[in-house]
Amino acid sequence: MVLRVKALESLMVEKGLVDLAALDAIVDLFEHKVGPRNGARVVARAWSDPAYKARLLADATDAVAELGYAGGQGEHMVVVENTAQVHNLVVCTLCSCYPWPVLGLPPVWYKSAPYRSRAVIDPRGIVAEFGTYLPVDIEVRVWDSTAEIRYLVLPERPAGTDGLDEQALAALVTRDGMIGTARL
Amino acid sequence: MNGVHDMGGMVNLGPLIPEPEGVVFHHAWEGRVHALSLASPTRANIDAGRHQRELIPGPEYLAMSYYEKWFRGLTERLVALGLCTWEEIDSGEVAPGTAKATPLLEANQVTARFTRRGSYIREGAPSLFAEGDRVRARNINPAGHTRLPRYARGHLGLVVALKGVHVFPDSNAHGHGEEPRALYTVRFTAHELWGDEANPRDSVCLDLWEPYLERA
Repeated sequence: MVLRVKALESLMVEKGLVDLAALDAIVDLFEHKVGPRNGARVVARAWSDPAYKARLLADATDAVAELGYAGGQGEHMVVVENTAQVHNLVVCTLCSCYPWPVLGLPPVWYKSAPYRSRAVIDPRGIVAEFGTYLPVDIEVRVWDSTAEIRYLVLPERPAGTDGLDEQALAALVTRDGMIGTARL
Repeated sequence: MNGVHDMGGMVNLGPLIPEPEGVVFHHAWEGRVHALSLASPTRANIDAGRHQRELIPGPEYLAMSYYEKWFRGLTERLVALGLCTWEEIDSGEVAPGTAKATPLLEANQVTARFTRRGSYIREGAPSLFAEGDRVRARNINPAGHTRLPRYARGHLGLVVALKGVHVFPDSNAHGHGEEPRALYTVRFTAHELWGDEANPRDSVCLDLWEPYLERA
């Protein structure tokens, strides 16, 4: 693949279809600037500020943009809230849709056939494989991203974190917690 | 299209391998494929790009990594749109006498281009269904692109949200125009989809366009 990609890149640059420096800038953007720490900040703000949380649950695209996050694969965002009674899990069974502005690019497993196939029929089994047992009496809601709506899970704020500021709270938020394969 | 990409509800497709945060690309070429795909003029139609990857024959699709599929889809789209020939892609050399195009995106435009707000919502007719309506996902088997997975077809669900009028992928993917249609979030119980063995509390929500649905 290395040589084939190199050849295609040279060809597309030579033909004026893409700009070499723009390619470098795109790689840099997705490697260093867009990623799950953005989503973690959103979650930490929601845990700290009830008014922000209300705005986030009412219109996630607007509320996420308040913190400066927007862009492709996040044009229409919805945040779904985990509670003691409800657990949410996000998947895209048809391809690998994922909320880029808040989570960056998805991990390999999210894009893989075993996750895309099983998440809708066996969400509890998937979450268990990631190390969390969901009690039988909790309600599991799976969100299959079939359109241009992108979902982010708002995890429950962990107990014993009352004194923490937003930065410390954000450090507790994991990517998997915002997909729903883990509970915090 | 009833292809292997429509895999929701299957099992035994392999192990789940957890991965730490912070690994974005596993090989440098993956980042280049990602960047080429996003910067390319072919990115103008996201639905056509998705359909191109679905057209990879099933056995190959299942054996390829994500960025191998993106590379394949990109090359197929470039040829389909007449932007490159297979001879050029195989050789990496521009065919003699080809006029040079001007890239759509320059480096100083990248951050703005990928962090600005966008929308798939268009003007359109009022929605046929309302929140709380019971609907059935139609039993359709389109030959082309669709975003109605097989596992939901024929099943009863509940409209839980109206999402406005959105670009309709079944049309847009084939270059037949955006043909915007009302989009709904529809909740299906796990019982309805998977039978009595499923946990009675559980559900799956899908975002479905009006032509996928009928009143139940």
